[in-house]
Amino acid sequence: MNRVALRMLMGDRAKYIGIIFGITFASLLITQQMSVFTGIMYRTFATITDVGQPQLWVMDPKVAYIDDIKPLQSTQLYRVRSVDGVDWAVPFYKGLLRARLSNGTFQTVSVLGIDDATLLGGPPVMVEGRLEDLRKTDGVIVDEVAAKTRLAKPSAVPGQPPQPLRIGDTLELNDRRATVVGLCRTTRSFQSQPVLFTTFSRAMSYAPRERKLLSFVLVGVKPGEDEGAVATRITERTGLQAVRREDFMWMTMMYFVKYTGIPINIGTAVLLGFIVGTAIAGMTFFNFTQDNLKQFGALKAMGASNWVLLRMTILQSLTVGTIGYGLGVGAASLFGYLARNSELAFRMPWQVLAISAGAVLLICVLSAIFSIIKVMRLEPAIVFKA
Amino acid sequence: MSAEVIVHCRNVAKSYGLGQERVHALRGVDLDVHSGELLMLVGPSGCGKTTLISVIAGILDPDEGSVQVLGQDMRTTRGSARTRFRGTNVGFVFQQFNLLPALSALENVAVPLLILGVPRGEAHARAQTMLERVGLGGRSRSLPAQLSGGQQQRVAIARSLVHGPRLVVCDEPTSALDQETGQRVMEILREVAVGAGRALVVVTHDARTFGFADRIAHMNDGRILDVVQGSTARAHKEHQTWE
Ligand SMILES: Nc1ncnc2c1ncn2[C@@H]1O[C@H](COP(=O)(O)OP(=O)(O)OP(=O)(O)O)[C@@H](O)[C@H]1O
Ligand SMILES: [Mg+2]
Repeated sequence: MNRVALRMLMGDRAKYIGIIFGITFASLLITQQMSVFTGIMYRTFATITDVGQPQLWVMDPKVAYIDDIKPLQSTQLYRVRSVDGVDWAVPFYKGLLRARLSNGTFQTVSVLGIDDATLLGGPPVMVEGRLEDLRKTDGVIVDEVAAKTRLAKPSAVPGQPPQPLRIGDTLELNDRRATVVGLCRTTRSFQSQPVLFTTFSRAMSYAPRERKLLSFVLVGVKPGEDEGAVATRITERTGLQAVRREDFMWMTMMYFVKYTGIPINIGTAVLLGFIVGTAIAGMTFFNFTQDNLKQFGALKAMGASNWVLLRMTILQSLTVGTIGYGLGVGAASLFGYLARNSELAFRMPWQVLAISAGAVLLICVLSAIFSIIKVMRLEPAIVFKA
Repeated sequence: MSAEVIVHCRNVAKSYGLGQERVHALRGVDLDVHSGELLMLVGPSGCGKTTLISVIAGILDPDEGSVQVLGQDMRTTRGSARTRFRGTNVGFVFQQFNLLPALSALENVAVPLLILGVPRGEAHARAQTMLERVGLGGRSRSLPAQLSGGQQQRVAIARSLVHGPRLVVCDEPTSALDQETGQRVMEILREVAVGAGRALVVVTHDARTFGFADRIAHMNDGRILDVVQGSTARAHKEHQTWE
């Protein structure tokens, strides 16, 4: 009877395409919305993503997320280094500073100061120049998007587009010179300020005079050591908060989820996409089975059990579900691919695919069950009704 | 009438709805249908014919009375046992044919066998034989929409017989067809379906088909008025002027 079920499904081309279209649309909507949501959530911890080498981040116990800077005593660095299982520990500065551009305007930039000696914590991808060039006098590395946009120099000729910031150009940070020695690619952040990498000591000289300037201690764990165990040890020995990189990403994301309205608002859109998608897919399939009620009734009269009819309906719905899901996810991927160079936040990790697959599956099974309830309750006697 | 009793109804009553809306569709029907005969159920619209064959075929439960089909009490054969019983022993022919539009004639005829779990190859072979018996051996790959009404009803007849049921119920099998086609369908039904060990119950409005009956049961207002021998038993004209 499985073949019969599939033939029934595909027999009516127009309706079949309609149902698939409904489910495609639903899974596109769900996947696309969730990917945008995920993309935005990823932006909240862009800095952690970009600073790839350390396994552990060490910070003040009250720090709740990456932008929540509560500086540490510089001596903490040495205390962390002395903890068992720590392979290396380097200082990391993160702060918002005002940069004065060559035309005299100001722009807030996110300055990341990395260890002078090792340059650990530097940008993931250099577009121009080399990371080592940071050792040159006043060297800073600027993110390429900002170099073309917010840090760009106004054109000398009025009316012409601004000139991108290039290697050799200079800025001022707190009245101190900064010379661009490289351009890098960074993950777009939530606040999307320009990102500027420099050495830790130079970052200190740019930063306003304060007693403490060590934002984080970045830690590499000795090979074979358990990251969690080392983190616990650091906390016990120093009283500082030490978290694994992934946990820090999660903490940061959850902070945004809890304390800013933005994820909730986007979440509402996702939820709406989910509901609309579910409704469309469910309704189209439900309509299909209602149209076939008489056929199911005839089968029932002829001795097909409720169980057989349920199996047929579920097979039908899983078939359209699978095809629709494939097309929908394909379309969402295409959307993400086409938007890859735009401002759009779009990320489609396997979890998103799994959730939308689960959603489509749920839609299909639920609508199959809803449809079949009517078939099961169906008095087979309706088959004699004209 | 010493032949085996296939359907045995006693005092069968059935009503629909409640209170003011209540309709008594059957008001105590006694009826036996014997093996080897074609029994016609005739009567004015709304008198309960469809209700009665639904009860006989085991797709509707009466409120009162007893129905035995092939010696089995329908009151105690319930749920999936009833469904299986229908699948094995009952064939259906509907006024609107009720073929699955997406399936070819052959596949439609094979459905009752597939429901019974017969492997597809065997089911199709048996369906082909049955289609040949209704004169449609050459149209097995046609979809219902590609067949005339009469041809569709012949496919439906083949489907109702393919699994060798002992009871076949037909509700107005000719009323969606023109007169000539209706006659032809009845001829085929008579030829192919009537046989030893099988009973046919045919509901009809169509006086011109009365000639195909072995017996004719007249119904009115939920009751059987009388059961008379049909023209196959004694030549006559009088029943054809009934209604
Ligand atoms: N499902 C139902 N709900 C309520 N009333 C019903 C239902 N089915 C039939 N009836 C009523 O029961 C009575 C008998 O109906 P039935 O369909 O058995 O008549 P019939 O003899 O087959 O009529 P027709 O020749 O028009 O097909 C009618 O009055 C009809 O309106
Ligand atoms: Mg009727």
